[in-house]
Amino acid sequence: MADASSMAEPVVFQGVHASLPHDSALRHVSGAAIYVDDLPEPADLLHVHLGMSKRAHARIVSMDLTAVRASPGVVAVLTAADIPGENDVSPVIHDDRLFADGEVVCVGQSLFAVAATSIAAARAAAAKAVVEYEDLPAAISIGQARAADLKIEASQRMARGDAAAALAASPRRLQGTMAIGGQDHFYLEGQVALATPREGGDVHVWSSTQHPSEVQHLIARVLAVPHTAVTVEVRRMGGGFGGKETQASLFAAAASLVAVRTGRPAKCRPDRDEDMIMTGKRHDFEVAYDVGFDDEGRLTGLSLELASRCGSTTDLSPAINDRAMFHADNCYFLPAVEILSHRFRTHTVSNTAFRGFGGPQGMAAIERVMDAVAQATGLDPLEVRLRNLYGGEGRNLTPYQQTVEDNVAPQLLAELAASCDYQARLAAIDAYNARSPVLKKGLALTPVKFGISFTTTHLNQAGALIHLYADGSILLNHGGTEMGQGLFVKVAQIVAEAFQVPVDRVKVTSTVTDKVPNTSATAASSGTDLNGMAALNAANAIKARLVEFAARKWGCAEDEVVFAPEGVRAGATLVSFAELCRQAHMGRVSLSSTGYYATPKIHYDRATHTGRPFYYFAYGAACSEVVVDTLTGEMKVTRADILHDAGRSLNPAIDLGQIEGGFVQGMGWLTTEELVFGADGRLLTHAPSTYKIPTCGDRPDVMNIRLWEPGRNVEATVHRSKAVGEPPLMLALSVLSAINRAVASATHHKVFPNLDAPATPERILMAVEDVKRRAAELGA
Amino acid sequence: MGQTVRFLLNGQVVEARGVDPTRTLLEHLRGELRRTGTKEGCAEGDCGSCTVLVGELNDEGTAAWRAVNSCIQFVPMLDGKAVITVEGLAGDTLHPVQAAMVEHHGSQCGFCTPGIVMSLYGRAVAAKGADAPVNEVLAGNLCRCTGYGPIIAAAEAIPAEAAPDVAAALAPLRRDEALSLAYEDPIAGQARRWMAPRNVEELAAAYANHPDAVIVAGATDIGLWVTKQRRPLETLIDIGRVEDLKRIEAVDGGLRIGAGVRYVDAVDSLAALYPDLGKMMRRLGSTQVRNSGTIGGNIANGSPIGDMPPALIAAGATLVLRRGDERRELPLEAFFIDYGKQDRAPGEFVEAVIVPPPGPDLLFKVFKLSKRFDQDISAICGAFAIEIRDEVVASARIAFGGMAGTPRRATACEAALVGRLWNPTTIKTAVEALAGDFTPLSDARASAAYRALTAGNMLRKAYIESARPDLETRVPEAAHG
Repeated sequence: MADASSMAEPVVFQGVHASLPHDSALRHVSGAAIYVDDLPEPADLLHVHLGMSKRAHARIVSMDLTAVRASPGVVAVLTAADIPGENDVSPVIHDDRLFADGEVVCVGQSLFAVAATSIAAARAAAAKAVVEYEDLPAAISIGQARAADLKIEASQRMARGDAAAALAASPRRLQGTMAIGGQDHFYLEGQVALATPREGGDVHVWSSTQHPSEVQHLIARVLAVPHTAVTVEVRRMGGGFGGKETQASLFAAAASLVAVRTGRPAKCRPDRDEDMIMTGKRHDFEVAYDVGFDDEGRLTGLSLELASRCGSTTDLSPAINDRAMFHADNCYFLPAVEILSHRFRTHTVSNTAFRGFGGPQGMAAIERVMDAVAQATGLDPLEVRLRNLYGGEGRNLTPYQQTVEDNVAPQLLAELAASCDYQARLAAIDAYNARSPVLKKGLALTPVKFGISFTTTHLNQAGALIHLYADGSILLNHGGTEMGQGLFVKVAQIVAEAFQVPVDRVKVTSTVTDKVPNTSATAASSGTDLNGMAALNAANAIKARLVEFAARKWGCAEDEVVFAPEGVRAGATLVSFAELCRQAHMGRVSLSSTGYYATPKIHYDRATHTGRPFYYFAYGAACSEVVVDTLTGEMKVTRADILHDAGRSLNPAIDLGQIEGGFVQGMGWLTTEELVFGADGRLLTHAPSTYKIPTCGDRPDVMNIRLWEPGRNVEATVHRSKAVGEPPLMLALSVLSAINRAVASATHHKVFPNLDAPATPERILMAVEDVKRRAAELGA
Repeated sequence: MGQTVRFLLNGQVVEARGVDPTRTLLEHLRGELRRTGTKEGCAEGDCGSCTVLVGELNDEGTAAWRAVNSCIQFVPMLDGKAVITVEGLAGDTLHPVQAAMVEHHGSQCGFCTPGIVMSLYGRAVAAKGADAPVNEVLAGNLCRCTGYGPIIAAAEAIPAEAAPDVAAALAPLRRDEALSLAYEDPIAGQARRWMAPRNVEELAAAYANHPDAVIVAGATDIGLWVTKQRRPLETLIDIGRVEDLKRIEAVDGGLRIGAGVRYVDAVDSLAALYPDLGKMMRRLGSTQVRNSGTIGGNIANGSPIGDMPPALIAAGATLVLRRGDERRELPLEAFFIDYGKQDRAPGEFVEAVIVPPPGPDLLFKVFKLSKRFDQDISAICGAFAIEIRDEVVASARIAFGGMAGTPRRATACEAALVGRLWNPTTIKTAVEALAGDFTPLSDARASAAYRALTAGNMLRKAYIESARPDLETRVPEAAHG
């Protein structure tokens, strides 16, 4: 039975590998995309504001909330004593209080919740709290925590070979240090949750979170109810970047507690300043390296010490710092290596996941080592990098004993160096610098190799749910959340491809914990790999039933049933997809299925820091050119060329968007984005007036971004694609290297600059002054 | 209870009755009016997610449109004006701005997108239209996802179009009397009053009667007193309706700029006199901020880090203060007495600033230093007006912001220059003298050491630029668009 309408016109099929727009693009541009704070507010909605600690570390002697309760519009004031379950909103270690109980461990820590008829009333009320503190010794900086030996866990050691012996035997050797600043996520939509009480003590929560399951589980724990009593839903986030993985729970739990205690819906939406003060950030690091090498710039041994500021609680810091160690090799074979990682506890907000998850800091360290070795040997930094790449007999084992089996870095670097005209520009820049006393230019080409998988192995699983309706429309649900990265359209493309239907036939729906349970966070760049495969498995399960049905109904072999853009062929019969669905329903075939996926091959032993934590690696390379002003330290990135391996891209437009966005975000981390804490532990940069993410003009005027055409995942990922969320952020390390090189040119590369990140104008100028001083001391 | 604020929202008249005069347009749009397409990203005018277009009738009776940050516009400021939000753009199909954003993959998370769409729409309908540099138009719209490339591509594909004609629709909203609002704040437990005099006489009278009132011009600073400091203000006088204060007049080759003149309306005139000042002004705030904020406000609030005062002090500007019918003039630098303290009597207000023209031998340089090039408050802003005749420094006016509790002249440095040869030796001496002029502080924007070093380096750079005009001395500005 042929469907005339589908046969009348030629069908231009667009499934996977097509550059389709973001699933919500039309809604974004017309203001019709609904974020949590845009939802219609119920008439009896309460607004929740959290009272915050003003001290970094103190015992709470007393907390008098009488005036808060009496303030106009206040309906409820809740403290730790009002929590029916566990007073904890932490992901792993049970050390994040919902409300402080006796002691505060950072400025901005939540003390109590005020629920009032307006947010203005709630805020005004909270300001009337009388809290008496008895200050305790506080460690704000890494240095202070180091001196006090405060750690969130024991220092970790990852080693292969005998680094000390190799260093001792090295022909050449040098040491250095580097500080790397943290970063605020600055998602444009701040944290927000809207909780609505349901019958029987249940609660439904709209949350802006990358991890609805965890938010659900933590609310259940706070309320002392089973997971089934809590439903958490997310349609979209206005940006996440890791900042809504664990950090959403506090606000969702506070709103839920208010909703359940008062029987009224409750919204908790901190404003920008409160958000930045109360939520964790990228870890800042202090790095010390001791590297051995030969005259050809080849590394012989490396001892690396990584120290990070974890903040006041554990959060995800163990895994984040592990990932810093995992990426301290980047693309380079380290013949003998020891990486020591110290995870310092400070009395500042607990640092958390942020795109790259520690990887960027580890990678920054080894890239600095490469630059230092280049300067010491007088070789071009790119040449040093090329000589140290993985590859060749006995040169493919990582410090954690995983063999690199998919190394494409040599090809990527060679192709990019050629396409961006690296050598000629290097010469042109040297000539420019020789005649330009004020402005100095720098050029650097750096690679990225990023391990894909959660290093906590059990997190590498996902579920999906697909319903086919009898009219042929498809409802798609999975555990992944949409934060702008284009996950929803990619997974919809995968499903559309499976059924060979237009992608607009596939309705992507809110991520919600009562459709797909026990999900992992949408994090670690894994969203598409995991959820796309789970959705494909669900689609294939239904497809198998449809094939069996069609073969039976239209009398052909099952391998004669083919899904095609023009419809479904069963032997000589062609039916539209919708007709097949209708017929299958009439034929009593289940048109709904779950799908499940668990990443194969991976395993890891954290005790020895060995194993195969990563299913595969994603690669990229970037070349950045900068110009710095040696009188003011001002800097501009004038050109960036990027070649990135997204495997066989599921959606080139989306992937290019991730690459450019990641690069610019990484550039912000390494240049203008500076978090400043006062000596008393207060964050001084808590709004865009003082915390400066890149703006339009910071984007390099010339930006050539290409996907690496031959890219195919050697592993059996969904359509041989590769994860692309985090890796591009680290392409921006080329910017830091280029700046460092421009600074070095101020004294003709006689001395190596110790430029810390972020390379603000001030740091750049001080580095220029420093190299001038040191070059003069050398008697130049 | 005073009057009702009326404005045009996407072509329809809306009324705000009994509104808190310090309620922001953004809160009103998202709350009472349920237009949630406009987003709150920061509530301080720094991210642009809340960008809307405001149209008001000009002298010719046609509407002029400006993109503004609705998060720091108070509702009464919109009285009699037209507002277009993102919901007002699309008809049966997407507006070309929206279509271009979709086609070029200009949105990812989508949260900043409505603001970006409105900024680009503002560019399309502005007098300069699609000629306005994209970077200048978008510097006030932060996007954390895209890296901006797709948005720039979309912007470059959008043609100019005619501005919507709302003259007839606005006519019935004209008032015969000054807007006056009264409100009881139930949370703060206090009365609040809003007055919007229509001429300078009414303003002078109102301020004389209420010398404790807060004068609001563009609200780019006062808005934050409410949204950030949560100050319950009592009496506010809106000078946005005082046409006399919005004039720029040519005086003796220079300019007399009324206190209510917005940056956007003054930048071309000032740039014609002092090109470096024009360059600095295009980096001051953002398009949205310059479309609202006034030069008078930047002076009157007495901030130590305002960018206009050092530049205008160097240029030799004079301030006109008025109380009742009395006027007095004083050199701009004399207005700034100490941190938070200006030479202004109760009831006295800034009426105008007079900017003289540059002399023929004047070297005029302004350097604005901030962590981020665009839309960032200066760590330090230095302005140099140096007259050089026959290679000798005839006069020097050098002023800095960010180096002290007030914008201030570097008198020791000036003295070290005047009468000396304009050469490296003199510069070296003058830089040493400059160290004695200021004791800068360290804060989140910069350290004292950096401020001290760069203040001197700015003078060095001014010299290099005059002696070696062949050299490149400034990092390039963004070229796209």
